[in-house]
Amino acid sequence: MSLRLQARQLACERDDRWLFDGLDVMLESGEILRVEGPNGSGKTTLLKILSGQLDDYDGALEFNGQPLRACRDTFLANLLYLGHAPGVKAGLTPLENLAWYQALGGEAPDEAACERALNDAGLAGFEDTPAGRLSAGQNRRVALARLTLTPRALWVLDEPFTALDREGVAMLERRLSHHAKAGGSVIITTHHALGGLQRVRRLRLGEALA
Amino acid sequence: MWAIVHKFGSPQWFYRLSCRLEPWCWVLAALSLGAGGVWGLALAPADYQQGESFRIIYVHVPAALLAQSVFIAMALASLVFMVWKIKVADMAAAVMAPFGAAMTFTALFSGAVWGVPTWGTWWVWDARLTSMLILLFLYLGVIALRGAFSSRQSGARAASVLAMVGVINIPIIKYSVEWWYTLHQSATFSLTERPAMPASMWLPLLIMVVGFYSFFAALTLLRVRSEILRREGDKRWVRALKEIPS
Amino acid sequence: MSASDGGALRPPPHGAGRAFIATLSRGLRLAFRRRGEALNPLVFYALVITLFPIGISPDPALLAVIAPGLLWVAALLAALLSLDTLFRGDFEDGSLEQLILAPQPLWTQTLAKVCVHWLMTGLPLALSAPLLATLLALPAGSYAVLTLSLVLGSATLSLVGAIGAALTVGLARGGVLTSLLILPLYIPVLVFGTGAVEAAIAGQSALPYLAILGALLALSLMLAPWAIAASLRISLNG
Repeated sequence: MSLRLQARQLACERDDRWLFDGLDVMLESGEILRVEGPNGSGKTTLLKILSGQLDDYDGALEFNGQPLRACRDTFLANLLYLGHAPGVKAGLTPLENLAWYQALGGEAPDEAACERALNDAGLAGFEDTPAGRLSAGQNRRVALARLTLTPRALWVLDEPFTALDREGVAMLERRLSHHAKAGGSVIITTHHALGGLQRVRRLRLGEALA
Repeated sequence: MWAIVHKFGSPQWFYRLSCRLEPWCWVLAALSLGAGGVWGLALAPADYQQGESFRIIYVHVPAALLAQSVFIAMALASLVFMVWKIKVADMAAAVMAPFGAAMTFTALFSGAVWGVPTWGTWWVWDARLTSMLILLFLYLGVIALRGAFSSRQSGARAASVLAMVGVINIPIIKYSVEWWYTLHQSATFSLTERPAMPASMWLPLLIMVVGFYSFFAALTLLRVRSEILRREGDKRWVRALKEIPS
Repeated sequence: MSASDGGALRPPPHGAGRAFIATLSRGLRLAFRRRGEALNPLVFYALVITLFPIGISPDPALLAVIAPGLLWVAALLAALLSLDTLFRGDFEDGSLEQLILAPQPLWTQTLAKVCVHWLMTGLPLALSAPLLATLLALPAGSYAVLTLSLVLGSATLSLVGAIGAALTVGLARGGVLTSLLILPLYIPVLVFGTGAVEAAIAGQSALPYLAILGALLALSLMLAPWAIAASLRISLNG
């Protein structure tokens, strides 16, 4: 079964201001959807709606033909969301952080897999350093290690390139392209160029209503 | 089913309905407050124990009744808002909170004033007064929480959850305070708990209660309407209203 | 690794129990790594209890009369003070978003967080209460009831308090507001908690009070996790 996320006539009102209105979004397997727009155009809000965090919208949002509200469990089981904050606990080591996410995803604890994922994220040697002592970029890499740790079909990434160095950016781009080629889907916001990625769709916010 | 719920919950429909209902509520409120007030404060016989001071009952009891029922009404409106996302319900909850707090304060104040001739002091930790005081804190919490959010939608939802949590707690608080009171105080003279009040005393009380409730209804309708106009000011039907002076 | 099946869909996972234990042990591990902070409520409790003999009178006869109330009120305030940090750390570092998006029922996760709070504040407060009770000359024979009532009552306080903490976690300055929201709801627990200790002092059975404290705990166990989960969702959208 492959993935299809579809929004029809999506509208979101925040305190008497329409962030967007009549928005149609379609995302299928193997596609990357890039949400663009100036600051305050509702990119993060749209990503929160599309990742099922915000229930405060008008219009229809469907996951594989079913309303998202009705199949939330299946949807969440296939979603990986990374927000502005990396979601990495400063008091825990990267390994412990990943172990918690593994358990949260309902998977059996597998330390070897966590170590492999950290290794892939370029954090070899830092597995047992408390995340509070790592740099912002390294913390971001801990969060990004989850991309390989648990296979999820839909990635929703809000500014994932923040704080990454050039090598980290290249790694994330490779990973995005890899994921899309393997049939996964990505929704992403970034000010980054995203060179070398195929099947990128663009969605511009903040123009129609200006 | 959903369509009907949303139709009846639409601001436009509610606005029309309240326009028609509101005058009747005002008339009923004015009539019964006037009649009950004159009857209770001037015509009803004085109490054989408390003398004239018992007449505070005609303010204290209706205010105390409203204080509690407004909280329940507010929680019900919150529930409707959370379940069906009906904005009018939230507006109602928002305007009910300050009114309920004012009624709670009125009940507390009139109770304190009543305490002077009855107990010889302004404040006694009486079970009824204590639970009124706690109720006032609950109201203040709901009002403060709503105001603390920068986003009105989030503030509305947070206040709704708190109102529902509060309404579950009100009976528990009430009974625990009563228990606490009987534990610490041997049964003393309590306000308003009295055997067989003659009809010439309780009839005006009943009329006053009706008056307070219809005043509450009228004021809530009025304030919800102005809230609708404020929040929906840019909608087409609201603009159309301005063109036709009513 | 996931090269060939990147688009394959997974069914909703099981393992809510495992996720519960993971969140519980994560919270405990974090608390033990900051042992100094974890001790703060206890130190606060001892300090407040010290203030009363100084502020009122060192007379043991007088202190014994007000001891049940003081011990309970101070414990209640100590538990309240630590509530503000319950979700704030997770809110700030983004873990809360991840918690809400985990394919697990959110109430099990909130329950795990509340359990951590109780284990780190309520339980130590209850266990240290007899020690402080001797300072206030609490009459003998009521110490076990004091501890037991605090064990039961503080669990309710943690559950109810977490609702307030969840409602205010998104606000920049939630601290005082949390107290304003929560303290009125604490009153039944306070009434029956002190009632239990006073009954024990008077030589009566404290069982009815403890039973009511247990009933309050059962009720809040049933309803609070749901309310906490709803409040967290609201706070994250603020």
